[in-house]
Amino acid sequence: MASLVGSRVERKEDKRFLTGKGRYTADINLANQTYAIFVRSPHARASIKKLNIDKALKSSGVVSILTGKEIADDKIGGLIAGWAIRSEDGTEMKCPGNPPLAKDNVNFVGDPVAVVIAESLAEAKEAAEKVEVDYKVLKAVTSTADAMNGDTIHEGIDKNLCFDWLLGDRQKVKEAFDKADKVISIDIINNRLIPNAMEPRACVADYNAASEEITLYTTSQNPHLSRLIMSAFGNVAPEHKLRVVAPDVGGGFGSKINVYNEDIVCSWAAKKINRAIKWVAERSESFLTDIHGRDHVTHAELAVTKDGKFLGFKNETIANLGAYARVFGTVTPTYLFGPCATGVYEIPAAYTNVKAVYTNTAPVDAYRGAGRPEATYTIERLVEKASMELGIDKTELRIKNFPTAFPFKQTLVHTVDSGDYVAGMEKAKQMADYKGFEARRKESEAKGKLRGIGVTSYFEACGIAPSAAVMSLGCGVGLWESAEVRFNPTGQVTVYTGSHSHGQSHQTTFAQIAADELGVPIENIDIVHGDTDKGTFGMGTYGSRSLAVGGIAIVNACKKIVEKGKRVTAKMLEANPEDVEFKDGEFIVSKSNKKKTIGEVAFACYLPGVRDEMKSPLPEGDEPGLKETSFYDPSNFSFPAGTHIAEVEIDPETGHVKLEKYTACDDFGRIINPMVVEGQVHGGLAQGIGQALYENAEYDETGQLMTGSYMDYTMPRADNFPEFNIGYTCTHATTNPLGVKGCGEAGAIAAPPTVMNAVIDALGGQEVTMPATAEKVWKACKNLKKSNAKAA
Amino acid sequence: MKDFNYHSAKDSKEASKLASSSSAFLAGGMTTIPSMKLGLATYKDLIDIKNIKKLSGIKVSGKSVTIGAATKHVEVSNSKDVKKAIPSLSSLAEGIGDPQVRNRGTIGGSIANNDPSADYPSACIALNATIHTNERKIEAAKFFKGMFETALKKGELIEAIEFQIPEKSSYQKHPNPASRYAIVGVYVAKHKGDVNVAVTGAKSCVYNDKDMSKALTGNFSSSSIDGMDLDSSEMNTDMHASAEFRASLVVTQAKKAVDAC
Repeated sequence: MASLVGSRVERKEDKRFLTGKGRYTADINLANQTYAIFVRSPHARASIKKLNIDKALKSSGVVSILTGKEIADDKIGGLIAGWAIRSEDGTEMKCPGNPPLAKDNVNFVGDPVAVVIAESLAEAKEAAEKVEVDYKVLKAVTSTADAMNGDTIHEGIDKNLCFDWLLGDRQKVKEAFDKADKVISIDIINNRLIPNAMEPRACVADYNAASEEITLYTTSQNPHLSRLIMSAFGNVAPEHKLRVVAPDVGGGFGSKINVYNEDIVCSWAAKKINRAIKWVAERSESFLTDIHGRDHVTHAELAVTKDGKFLGFKNETIANLGAYARVFGTVTPTYLFGPCATGVYEIPAAYTNVKAVYTNTAPVDAYRGAGRPEATYTIERLVEKASMELGIDKTELRIKNFPTAFPFKQTLVHTVDSGDYVAGMEKAKQMADYKGFEARRKESEAKGKLRGIGVTSYFEACGIAPSAAVMSLGCGVGLWESAEVRFNPTGQVTVYTGSHSHGQSHQTTFAQIAADELGVPIENIDIVHGDTDKGTFGMGTYGSRSLAVGGIAIVNACKKIVEKGKRVTAKMLEANPEDVEFKDGEFIVSKSNKKKTIGEVAFACYLPGVRDEMKSPLPEGDEPGLKETSFYDPSNFSFPAGTHIAEVEIDPETGHVKLEKYTACDDFGRIINPMVVEGQVHGGLAQGIGQALYENAEYDETGQLMTGSYMDYTMPRADNFPEFNIGYTCTHATTNPLGVKGCGEAGAIAAPPTVMNAVIDALGGQEVTMPATAEKVWKACKNLKKSNAKAA
Repeated sequence: MKDFNYHSAKDSKEASKLASSSSAFLAGGMTTIPSMKLGLATYKDLIDIKNIKKLSGIKVSGKSVTIGAATKHVEVSNSKDVKKAIPSLSSLAEGIGDPQVRNRGTIGGSIANNDPSADYPSACIALNATIHTNERKIEAAKFFKGMFETALKKGELIEAIEFQIPEKSSYQKHPNPASRYAIVGVYVAKHKGDVNVAVTGAKSCVYNDKDMSKALTGNFSSSSIDGMDLDSSEMNTDMHASAEFRASLVVTQAKKAVDAC
């Protein structure tokens, strides 16, 4: 039987998605359901003087109106940060309370203060407009760079500072800088982004008074984790009385990791009113209240010798957490950021210092890449600048500082098991026709255009994460993954995974893996996920972990099935288990060449009595049935890497940047389904290029979101991109049996510095902040013209 | 969205009769519906004019192209007759919004709304259009009064737009990357005897740039406007473009348009 791993198996999920048969949360309607509308703060920072619901209660169709007071009275817990970070001075991070409905203070535009529940959506909206909230408006803090100088947002949190964290050794770095021939420094901003999943957040909560169970259908990337958080911290219901279902989910990119206010409020309120409640975000609510991403202000320095060896690296960053610290809010700018900031280079001394600040803006949390795009942007912009200042070719300078051997002990935390960075670079250069660039630059010049080329070599730490490592770094729980493989008596297989697919094609890739492991046709394998009532507890999908952690759990569970199958076969065929081999779905006794198919073995396992010629096939000590579970805790992160090369052409008269060519050469280890990986790379690149050229979440100084709709927030579109030139080098990971590394975030990590390096190259080294909009580029072109004229 | 009464008018007369101070005509609804959904506009009555047959269609004579008010952008962009008579008008329609907008939005709706960054008003100015309403004919130069303001009276309905076929013309847009409305759009049309340079997106309302018109009437070459320093004091500034940038773009796009003619 040909192996399915490595082939372009068509997506099993496409039939339902492409024929409109997907079942998303908003598609779920329950009998007698009510509709919720949240009353949200129009102010970025205010105290609530008075909240009057009398008029609203009299509005037609209103079932109930609940506020921060009721939620506090019922002792429903608030939203939490899942990772404890300690400051350089040893103090614990400072996190404010974040009640699901604000009672006394609101801290960003969109912070909910009440929920109106009515018989129809129109009636709920009508009534919500009648809720009177008397706010005392306070001065908002919105700037990342100045947040520490602003008014104190949360009582007791001085300078709006959550933590002041250090990774690395300042003294060693100082010594390295003292020895340097040259110091390259850079000031950069990593712009704030809004994830913009195609499906807006939604939830439907139901309560069964007889069983006292709450069922929550919600747009989540990790239903089990959501249940745990809602139960343990939200006090909504004990876990066995709370079922969380994340059905088809239309994109997450990290924005659907968090348990949100609406999940908690609707679950709690459904029990209170003893009826189902449905809430679906409008797009404007998504803009305001989904977690945002990035938002760093960084000063970084690189100490180098005159021949281009890197000696030391400093990174001073202010990271904006927004109004509250959320689940991955504190780890994203620290352990997901700092260790990767030294990039793919051997740098003897380095540190990253992060000051995480609160502002009156939407909470910032993990967004595709989470910390690693910010890290890669920092080091790769710096290295590109070093190449300009040292006059060393940008690819040569990188190669000169690549590690020469693996495992590569990276400067700050990670030990990278495998990779070949030079091979990746050489292949990328060839794919991009790096050599031919100068000729293309001249062609552009002849047309009056500026052309630039940009390079990024990246690695990232994903497949999060080894429990021992992350718990020692402050994570609240270990980040293993579970899988359960169940044979039906008649031979089909159901695989339950604790990870969750919201666009990642698990139904296909996981089935490919199980098909290869078990020798069962892929059409006889179903992948089930997304329901806490089905399968065991799992951690969910983020940090490119589904395959490298969840996939391995499936492999391990399958291996247990095969082991049992060998024992059973041995009994059935009167052989020694050691003499039974398994291949392509058949158990073969090597000495006699007698066989049983895995289907026959499964059938026998479920029918352990005596039937026809068959006696009980179960060896002593084995229970009936064929079902195995695995909890896989990885021994290390996985480390995808690669080199990307972009070429842009700029019209100096309009500032328009045209992305002419984009080459991505990635090392994702073994590839299960090349078509799915291409999709992941394309999507990641679209978001990364979007960050570089188009997307920006902008607040004004009063804390109003200026880019609150698609009229102003520039989502990239297909016509913004060239055809992507994609290739791979595949060095298998040595830390997991599949040799896989993870591909979900690479594009979003590598693309921003690649594109910006190209833009800045075209502009003769002039800094431009992301996104490189037409006006910024136009101004830089004017400056370039002036300085060229002066030089002439 | 608040409740409203929906009417489907069978002819202009009925539409006009139904109109009141709390009504709106509904064509493609590309602005009206989102405004109502966001609570920015509330109407008691919406009078749908899409089903009035007379309002749709394209007629080309020797001198002009006449387009019914309820004709969709996609129909204008796909029309072989328009492509032949005024290719720039076809390509303008092709560059409006996205496919969804082009499949619903109408030329009459765009002109009646007079969004300062809409594309069609510049075509009207550049192509010396005559706006035919159910009551009268209005010259384009007198039609666009200010931001979202036109010469239309309450209950007055645009029936068709008649464009004069120029010798040469081109529309060049620097789009807002998010909405794809014009940050600056310049429609240059060379008629017998004079040249119009209609600018949209730059100021609060579409206008004909007299200085560039004069320069190009004298010498129809982009060199005659190259380096022209426009007064940016009345130009729009927003998060996407400053007045200074817009002033520069007006000249750049005008040059591109002349070169493309």
